Amino acid sequence: MAYTEEELKKELETKEYEYGFYTDIDSDTFPSGLNKDIVKAISKKKGEPEWMTDWRLKAFESWSEMTEPEWANVNYKKPDLQAISYYSAPKSKPKYDSLDQVDPELLKTFEKLGISIEEQKKLSGVAVDIVMDSVSVATTFKKTLAEKGIIFCSISEAIKEHPELVKKYIGSVIPPKDNYYAGLNSAVFTDGSFCYIPKGVRCPMELSTYFRINQAGTGQFERTLVIADQGSYVSYLEGCTAPSRDENQLHAAVVELIALDDAEIKYSTVQNWFPGDKEGKGGVFNFVTKRGICHERSKISWTQVETGSAVTWKYPSCILKGNNSVGEFYSIAVTNNYQQADTGTKMIHLGKNTRSTIISKGISAGKSQNSYRGLVQVGARAKNARNFSQCDSLLMGNECGAHTFPYIEAKNNSAQIEHEATTSKIGEDQIFYCNQRGIDTEKAIALIVNGFSKEVLNKLPMEFAVEAQKLLEISLEGSVG
Amino acid sequence: MLTIENLHAEVDGKAILKGIDLDVKAGEIHAIMGPNGSGKSTLSSLIAGNEDYEVTKGEMLLKGKNLAELDAEERAHEGIFLSFQYPVEIPGVSVTNFIKTAINANRKAQGLEDMPASELLKKIREKAKLLDIDSKFLSRSLNEGFSGGEKKRNEIFQMAMLEPSLSILDETDSGLDIDALKIVANGVNKLKSKNNATIVITHYQRLLDYIVPDFVHVLFDGKIVKSGTKELAHELEAKGYDWIKELASHGI
Repeated sequence: MAYTEEELKKELETKEYEYGFYTDIDSDTFPSGLNKDIVKAISKKKGEPEWMTDWRLKAFESWSEMTEPEWANVNYKKPDLQAISYYSAPKSKPKYDSLDQVDPELLKTFEKLGISIEEQKKLSGVAVDIVMDSVSVATTFKKTLAEKGIIFCSISEAIKEHPELVKKYIGSVIPPKDNYYAGLNSAVFTDGSFCYIPKGVRCPMELSTYFRINQAGTGQFERTLVIADQGSYVSYLEGCTAPSRDENQLHAAVVELIALDDAEIKYSTVQNWFPGDKEGKGGVFNFVTKRGICHERSKISWTQVETGSAVTWKYPSCILKGNNSVGEFYSIAVTNNYQQADTGTKMIHLGKNTRSTIISKGISAGKSQNSYRGLVQVGARAKNARNFSQCDSLLMGNECGAHTFPYIEAKNNSAQIEHEATTSKIGEDQIFYCNQRGIDTEKAIALIVNGFSKEVLNKLPMEFAVEAQKLLEISLEGSVG
Repeated sequence: MLTIENLHAEVDGKAILKGIDLDVKAGEIHAIMGPNGSGKSTLSSLIAGNEDYEVTKGEMLLKGKNLAELDAEERAHEGIFLSFQYPVEIPGVSVTNFIKTAINANRKAQGLEDMPASELLKKIREKAKLLDIDSKFLSRSLNEGFSGGEKKRNEIFQMAMLEPSLSILDETDSGLDIDALKIVANGVNKLKSKNNATIVITHYQRLLDYIVPDFVHVLFDGKIVKSGTKELAHELEAKGYDWIKELASHGI
């Protein structure tokens, strides 16, 4: 295939969203708008205890006084929060014991996504808790997990069944006042996942949740809480796709991780929400707050592959509170057409001998803007803290942008902080070399991009790595650079 | 195999090739020699389908097919292989992964399924042995941090794996010490058959002691000014390129 700037432009326009379809499922939707009564109604609808309702109302109060942040390197029309409906749940809501009982329309959706539940079930060791438009509709492997004392359920269920755990930890890492979108989420979250691993237990399987946004005009406010008790281990996978829609859809999730002494949490995300069409119309706004806290000798590792959304605003972070704790962040962010991503991490070193690693790979194509924003903060008591950061950018074509905003704040002289950054462009000579070996241009780009992202792809669990590679290919289809 | 007729080509409006005629038959090895800037690498790039060069006149036929109608990867599917003078680096992509991708891309073009992993592995082992390549080398990122010799050996390894019908070796001897040169030449010789053809492009006669050509062509200022058998290479070595310049200035 030929490779010229002119053709590049033309080919960039050919990429359409692969999962652009809409599933017609009967939903139970609230009128749009947000006020105290709506918050109360959500809580009531979900049959929550009073303490939860109060928590939500308090969050709503503080949120009402906050303003939307503008510091990120993104441009978009602010969503009208009064035009959004804050509750949407599939009407046929009972939990199912077998797939036969699941709404066939829903099953069809999963088929289109190529992730049929059937297939997922067969995948050894993967328990799937599917969150579709805010309510969990199916849970598998629950019994196996229960035998080990592991709790893996929807957060609504956890609020009812395990109030002591939820009460203790919800908002403990990301308080409702933390930021505008976390505040909003705290007030109106409809569902999400909850996971508790008891002391000394190693979770025998990868825990997995698929999120999807399905109902026109409903914001999705997921809330995830993962608690790894002392000496436990869990690997959690989160993957997302969304149907195409004309108006922007808001997604403001909150994910809190708590790793108690000697515990380890590995949290992996593959995100492929609708990025908008080639004109930059539509697409998901992804304003997510993810943060974990590490106690003594514990470890939290975030791995993310971000290919979707029109606007991404996301900084999975670690508070390294305990001595000798470890934080890791591995990220691949791909932007094409008019996508904008401002993503990175915060590593807050508070304890002694805390260590953190940041590997960020940004790939920009089309007219997109891709920013890495990262903070490495070393507190006064964090003796011998160490950080290594590496931010690499790969550009395709001449109209996209890659930006790096590293912030370093060290208040302890013994800290060692390293930052490396590179920017490169896919070369015509690389493409020609591949072409000469019989590899077409599209495949050549996929090969080069996968090579560029290898360090991060290697961090993903097996079953996710394959999906992620496929996603990278789909996201960059036609974008010769 | 390959027929080139009155080929004229330019880059950025500057004429480089000014009427090349060449006929390469299956089972033959042709050497193209010439001083720097005579158009040797342009010719190899043109055959491979590099679009930085523009054909202004004449045509190239591979097994009767007009190359002008084929993209670079289609030419590769038809069996053209170019051993690059300066192979590019592709970070993070291993030698193995790259060759696997290339082989399967070519199979796909022929309507075949991917090569089974066991078969691929067997083939890799066999060809790696031929070129004295160890398994550690196969896991390294393509051409990244390779020495000149390693790069060229890797090119010939790919050639051995892809089994092309027409191979063009562009200055494969440059950057090779004598031991590496022998290994590479030995590989090329072993791959030779009555069904494939090779064009060796070189500045020096040295390589031709190991890869013995059936025909030698001397390229100067965009034209083949003299053709002959392997003795021509020796004559050229003895008399130097000034001899050719003189021949050319007298209109041969």
